[in-house]
Amino acid sequence: MKELKIPLINNGTVIDHITSGNALKVLRILGIPENLSSTVSVAINVKSHLGNKDIVKVENRELETSEVDKIALIAPKATINIIRNYEVAEKHKVELPSEIIGIVNCSNPTCVSNYNEPVKSRFKVINKDPPQIICYYCEREPEDISERII
Amino acid sequence: MNFQGRDIISIKDFSKNEINFILKNAEKMVEYAKGKNYIDILKGKILSSLFFEPSTRTRLSFESSMNRLGGRVIGFADPTATSQKKGESLADTIRMADSYSDVIVIRHPQEGAARLAAEFAEAPVLNAGDGAGRHPTQCLLDLFTIKSEKKKIEGKNIVLLGDLKYGRTVHSLAYALSLYGANLTFVSPDSLKMPTEVLNECEELGAQPRNTSNLEKSIKNADVLYVTRIQKERFPDAEEYNQVVGAYKVDKNLLKNSRRDLVIMHPLPRVTEINPEIDKTTHALYFKQAFNGVPVRMALLSLVLGGKK
Repeated sequence: MKELKIPLINNGTVIDHITSGNALKVLRILGIPENLSSTVSVAINVKSHLGNKDIVKVENRELETSEVDKIALIAPKATINIIRNYEVAEKHKVELPSEIIGIVNCSNPTCVSNYNEPVKSRFKVINKDPPQIICYYCEREPEDISERII
Repeated sequence: MNFQGRDIISIKDFSKNEINFILKNAEKMVEYAKGKNYIDILKGKILSSLFFEPSTRTRLSFESSMNRLGGRVIGFADPTATSQKKGESLADTIRMADSYSDVIVIRHPQEGAARLAAEFAEAPVLNAGDGAGRHPTQCLLDLFTIKSEKKKIEGKNIVLLGDLKYGRTVHSLAYALSLYGANLTFVSPDSLKMPTEVLNECEELGAQPRNTSNLEKSIKNADVLYVTRIQKERFPDAEEYNQVVGAYKVDKNLLKNSRRDLVIMHPLPRVTEINPEIDKTTHALYFKQAFNGVPVRMALLSLVLGGKK
């Protein structure tokens, strides 16, 4: 009999196929534990037929598009499962849009987007997997995207 | 090809065909840039010249270009005398300049400032250098100089020397020369090597640049030696600067094994990297290169303002 490592959830979101080791970064993107209002389960380095992966389950919360975009930046193979009444109501893969606006800060301290100007940070996606982005303003590429997520 | 209203922010915004078109227009401007003939195709037009950083050649050649085309110039060369000093955002300064003029030229210490300016201006914006970032008009005048002197850029052996890490002109130039299929050699101290992302871009365009620290060997078969200043103001660490300043010097002794038709270029200002004894040799092209800023910028201003010759 299979051992159930993470309990089923009634309503909420299951983020599956997170690149192994990145679950804690996904939690940071979701603002957990600061904005904790429901049960969150995390499984790290779970064996699967596609290799090892991480899984995050968040009860009573359906992810917004901007959150999904952020996840795509660090876990491009992740799938988002929206659970309603113990059933998978929606399932889709994360996909990076061609442009990322207001999600990542430019790592270049002299980039104009880091100054007091009425603009949001803006990046062009030049590769989706592994994610590679360049700043629309200064054309620099951040070395570690996960460190720059707002 | 229609350039009217177009911003000139990065050389990467232009195809090789578009660059060739600009260079052809620049060629037609040479006689007017020299003052041999008069042209007033931009009569009644106003240029805002916004220099938030010091500049001699870029600012004067833009102003000369606008005047040579019959237009007028407003602006500043010292930002301490502007409302930026009071904390005004660049976006607001641009909105104001936009309402006072037909075209905006901006030099700014922050990278991406020209791209931001273009977002807030309806008038075309020309980037005259944004921090350690881009300087497309310098790149275009460099290409124009090589093409005028060597007839073509394709297949020429071009050595880029000096600060290849922080130098803003060499990044755009390496990209553009790769677009033209030049043979590139990068010579620098180890700590000032061409950044990997620039190397990757060159390779994506089909170039196979060589990296070395041996200048003497590199210039033996070179058509063009492009020298850059090691810029103190770009170094985050004074110690790093002190270790590399004066690493290379171009003098007659160095050139004794070079080709007779080798030309030496430099975006200027130079400090000690080129010995003044080179100035009177046939190798020295840097003053002509500086002049070429005028016809190239005249071509750009007339194109983006739709001035017909």
